[in-house]
This record gives sequence, C-alpha cells and structure tokens, in this order.
Amino acid sequence: MASRISIPNAIKGLPLPSWLGDLASVWLAPVLVLAALLVAPLLLSDFRVALLGKFLTFAILAMSLNLIWGYAGMLSLGHGVFFGLGGYAMAMFLKLESANGKLPDFMFWSGLTELPFFWAPFEYAWFAIPMTFIVPAAIAGGLGYLVFRSRITGVYFALITQALALIVSILFIGQQPYTGGTNGITNYTTIFGFAINSPATQVVLYYATLATLALTYLLCAWLIASRFGRLLVAMRDDENRVRFSGYNPAALKTIVFALSAGIAGIAGALFTPQVGIISPTMMGIVPSIEVAIWVAVGGRGVLLGAIVGAILVNGAKSGLSESFPAIWQYFLGLLFIGAVLVFPSGIMGLLRGEGWRRPEWFSTSHLPGFAARVLPGVKK
Amino acid sequence: MIGRRARQLFQTASSHASNGSGAGTPAEKTILSVEKLTISFDGFTVLNELDFSMNYGEMRFLIGPNGAGKTTLIDSITGKSKPDRGRIVFDGGTDLTRQQEHRLVRLGIGRKFQTPSIFGSLTVFQNLEVALGFRNRITSLFGGVRRQDSDRIMATLEEVALVDRASEVAGSLSHGEKQWLEIGMLLVQEPKLLLMDEPVAGMTRREREKTGELLQSIGSSRSVLVVEHDMEFVRRFAETVTVLHLGKVLSEGDMETVQRDPEVIRAYLGHGASGNRTVAESTRPRQGAAAGV
Repeated sequence: MASRISIPNAIKGLPLPSWLGDLASVWLAPVLVLAALLVAPLLLSDFRVALLGKFLTFAILAMSLNLIWGYAGMLSLGHGVFFGLGGYAMAMFLKLESANGKLPDFMFWSGLTELPFFWAPFEYAWFAIPMTFIVPAAIAGGLGYLVFRSRITGVYFALITQALALIVSILFIGQQPYTGGTNGITNYTTIFGFAINSPATQVVLYYATLATLALTYLLCAWLIASRFGRLLVAMRDDENRVRFSGYNPAALKTIVFALSAGIAGIAGALFTPQVGIISPTMMGIVPSIEVAIWVAVGGRGVLLGAIVGAILVNGAKSGLSESFPAIWQYFLGLLFIGAVLVFPSGIMGLLRGEGWRRPEWFSTSHLPGFAARVLPGVKK
Repeated sequence: MIGRRARQLFQTASSHASNGSGAGTPAEKTILSVEKLTISFDGFTVLNELDFSMNYGEMRFLIGPNGAGKTTLIDSITGKSKPDRGRIVFDGGTDLTRQQEHRLVRLGIGRKFQTPSIFGSLTVFQNLEVALGFRNRITSLFGGVRRQDSDRIMATLEEVALVDRASEVAGSLSHGEKQWLEIGMLLVQEPKLLLMDEPVAGMTRREREKTGELLQSIGSSRSVLVVEHDMEFVRRFAETVTVLHLGKVLSEGDMETVQRDPEVIRAYLGHGASGNRTVAESTRPRQGAAAGV
C-alpha cells in the first residue's frame, strides 16, 4: 500500500524512483521547515532569535495538543497548565541556582525563613529536568483516568480541562510564598553557570529547543504511524467500537493524555530560561485556548500543522501588536473564525490542496428554500 | 480442545459452582443462558424475568414488535445495560452481568450495531487491524503488523468480499459495505458468540441476499444471534426463531410454527384484530420502506 499523501506536482513530474517520491511526500516539508529554522539565527537579530526560540517552545506545546486533539479527538483547553507546570519546575531549578544557597528573594519578601521541603530537590538538575515531564504527566494521568473512566468526552472534557486551567492559575496566585504569586518566578542570573541573558546562551537555548522540537516530531510521527496511532484515530472516529473491539478506551486515553501533558511540560521548561519568567498568566484560560487556535489554524491532525500554526500565529501576533497595538486581537479572532469556517483543515490543508470550504451559509443554492420558510407564498 | 474443557471446568468451579452447567451435563451444549433477567428503565419494565438460551454453533433469530426488548437483551449481554435481577451465563460459567464491555469482547462476544460502527478515517485494512489487535500485548502496539495477522486480515476481507477495497478509506464505502466491514471486524476477532442488531437494515435487495449468505457461512462455525425486523429475510435464512413480546419469550421454533402461533399473531396485530393475517403480512409496510421500494 503506497502512501496516500499527495506529492507536489513539481516532484511528480521528475523521473525519480517511487520510493524517493514516497519519502519526499512524507519528509520534504518537515526537512524544509527544519532547515529554515536551523539557519534562522544566522540571519536574524538577537531579539528576533529570542522571539523565535519562544515560538518554538509554543510549537512543541501545539504539537502536544495536536497529538490528542488532532488524532485522538480530545480537545484539552487546559494545556497551558501543563506547559506552566513544566515551566515552574524549570524556574525552581533556575531560581535556586541564582539564589546561590540563599533563600529565593520572593520567599524572603513573603516572610518565609527557610526553603519549603518540596523546593529543596529542585536544586539538582537531575531531579528538576525529569520533573518538568513527570509532574504534568502525573497530574494529567490522574485527572484523565477519573474523567475518562466516567466516559466524559467531547465538550464536557474540554470544560473540565478549562476549569483545571482556572483552578491551577488561581492556586498559583494565592500561594505567593511558594510560587511567587502573581509575579511568578523571575530574575534568574545563570543556567548551568552561564549568564542566562547573554546572546550566546540564548542561541544555545534556541538550538536546544529546536532539537527538542525535532525529537518530539519524530516521536509523534512514530506514534502516529504505529498501531497505537491507528487506535487513537479509531477512538476519534468511534469510541464505542473501540470499546466493543476489546480495548479499554479509558486506559488508552489516559496514556496519551499524560504523554501529551508531559511534552507540554518540556515545552514550558524550555520557555522559562529563554523568556526569563514564568507566571500564572501563562497557564490560565486564555493561553490555554490560544494553543487550540494555533493548532486549528495550522491544521489539526497534521503533525507539521501545529508547528506552522504556532509559529505563524505568534509571528502575526507580535507583528500586528507592533503595528496595530489597539486592535490586533481582532485579527486573531478573525483568523480563528476563518480556520473554523473556511479552511477547516488549516493552513496545511490548504497547502495539501484540500482547498477552501465555502461555508453553507455562504452558498446561494439554499436561498430559495430559506425564502420559502420566511416568506409565505414563495415556492422552492 | 482439552485446554478449553479444562478452562471451562475451572471457570465453572471457581466462579459459579452452583451453576450446574459444567462439562459432561447436557447443559454443556449451551453457550448462552439468560436466567430470569429483569431490566427496567425509569420504572418501565423492558425485560421481565426473561429466560432464554442458545447452543454452540446455533444461529438464532430474534424477532418481536417494537418495544419487545430485543435490543435491550443484546445490550445486557454485551454489558451496555446492567440488569436489576437475573443472570446471563456464558460459555460454561461466566456471569456476564458483572463485566465491563471490553472484557466481554475478550471472553469471545462480538457485537454488530444497528448503524454501521466503523472507523471512517482509517482504511478498510486498518479497521480490521485495530479490531484484531486487542489480543496483543500493549508493547506490540508500537510495532508493525505481523505477517500472520496480515494474512488473517486478508482472509477475513475475502470472507466479507472487501479484498479489493482493502486500501480504501472506510468512510468512502457504501452503506452495505460498511455493514460488511463491521461484520468483518467482528469475524477477525474470532468470537464464540456473535450478536447482530438488524444487519440488513437499509440494504438493497442484492445486499440483503449477500448478507444472508454471509450469515449462513458464519453461522456454520459459531453461535450467532440476529435481531431482525425484515420478515422476508428472516423467513429465508432463519432456522430457529425466538419471538419476544413485552420483555418475555412469547414463542420459539421454526418460522412456520412461530408464524401460526395465535399468541404471536395477537402480539403483532394488537388485541381484537382478526387472526387471519400472518406476521409477514402485518410487517410488510415496514419492510417495503426499509428496502426503499
């Protein structure tokens, strides 16, 4: 069975062996994107590189959501939380390194006299870095198991994850002595001994993020291509049939939700040192919904879609907010509405030639019917 | 063979010693035995102390007027509805009423739904691959398809006449083909008991014919329970028919006997109706509608 992904016409015309064509159809686009991201730091200013590095962490986050939403059909509106938990775990490590054995500044201001017990092990990178994955994965696994066991799906699942985003952000604001409250955790000086704000460190962090992005892509591509991936799509199509085929959907969903949350946590861990701060505003409801917008605009159910969506939407966001500071958010709203109504398979869908969809209300063919209903006496 | 007997004995001894359907007794022929099953929804009794049983290798048709409890009976066998009272004993000793749905599949019970329930964005081959995979260990889910699995999938596709559509996306199949695909997904799992809820609903005459032949070939090697409304279809392909009415078994036997049973005629036509019309005649309008005539 040959790959069913369409090959660009330019390649089709060349006298290439078919395996090369198959290979190209799967890997050409990701390799081009990777190449562009590899050379970007050579061409961009330090400021832009830092910005792009931040977008790449968003791309990893978007990919984690795409895995469960695009493939398994579970829309999480709480992925900002998992991103934030990873970010906080990393921030605790950076803060302790910067504090140099003393109590972190915000704890001192909040009246604490010694380090809380759960902060202590974050002094060590070997503990903190795995925790950026483990903490969000464990929380998602626990919550997911309870939710999926009760067969809560669809919009109810989305609402519960949304509530999670609200609860966790409020919790983090309220626990100022332990979390830094509204300000979050900031003012790091070094990472592994290197000055965190120096351009060289930032470039290293950029490439570390890019490598993580590439690895996440490979992991997801492998998962999707495996029988497990087919099972995810099967759950999206008809969960009941999966259950009546002898699988326990609750277990499968819990596994993939936890994995997705863990990946989101890693994205957060890469975000913190590049941006220099993690705070509750980055894990609340609004950022959680934004992730869904990136994925929808880029293309749900296409691995590259999440990356393209995250980078383009955030690029547009920073570009527009520089040019139209007052109204840029309307553009984002329009983009999302457009993605839902006009190009439901996102930018990747457009590139693949799946084309535009003329919304039903846009077509004129049903107007007579509409008129017949509204105006008595008008026939179809 | 010996292994299977031993397992049945073990199950009987361990979980339901009082059941009395162990090896050696006549009850050993019984694959499914429903005992005094009662289910009610919001105070309305759907199944009323229902007793029903089926043998290994038997194909049984279940008919009855609307609201007789046919689908509810299938729901309770597959764990979808939990009964208030009663037991369902399967394969020599397991009580099905306390099991989760996916565990019942692992015990060997396959269910076809009324509307085709398939994975529309996977290919036909992948649909069967997913259905087949439940016996594998979770780690094998991350590998490719094994050779013997792929052979088995192709053999099953041959059986349901979908070989040349193997690499097509299942969502693009016709209604009848989707129904066959779902049957194929059940067959590839090699269930001991197959439950089918209106397998020919919405099919053309030709498709119904083909499905009937398929059911007969399936029924030769395993137990099949079919719920059906289409009386012409039932008359053509059924050997034994059970008529349900108001949550109880009203009549049982071959189609001829059942059709002449005055109780059955009364149930289909309601009280006070004349007794000279047959079941088939009384259901003809529905049948015509289903076939799109």
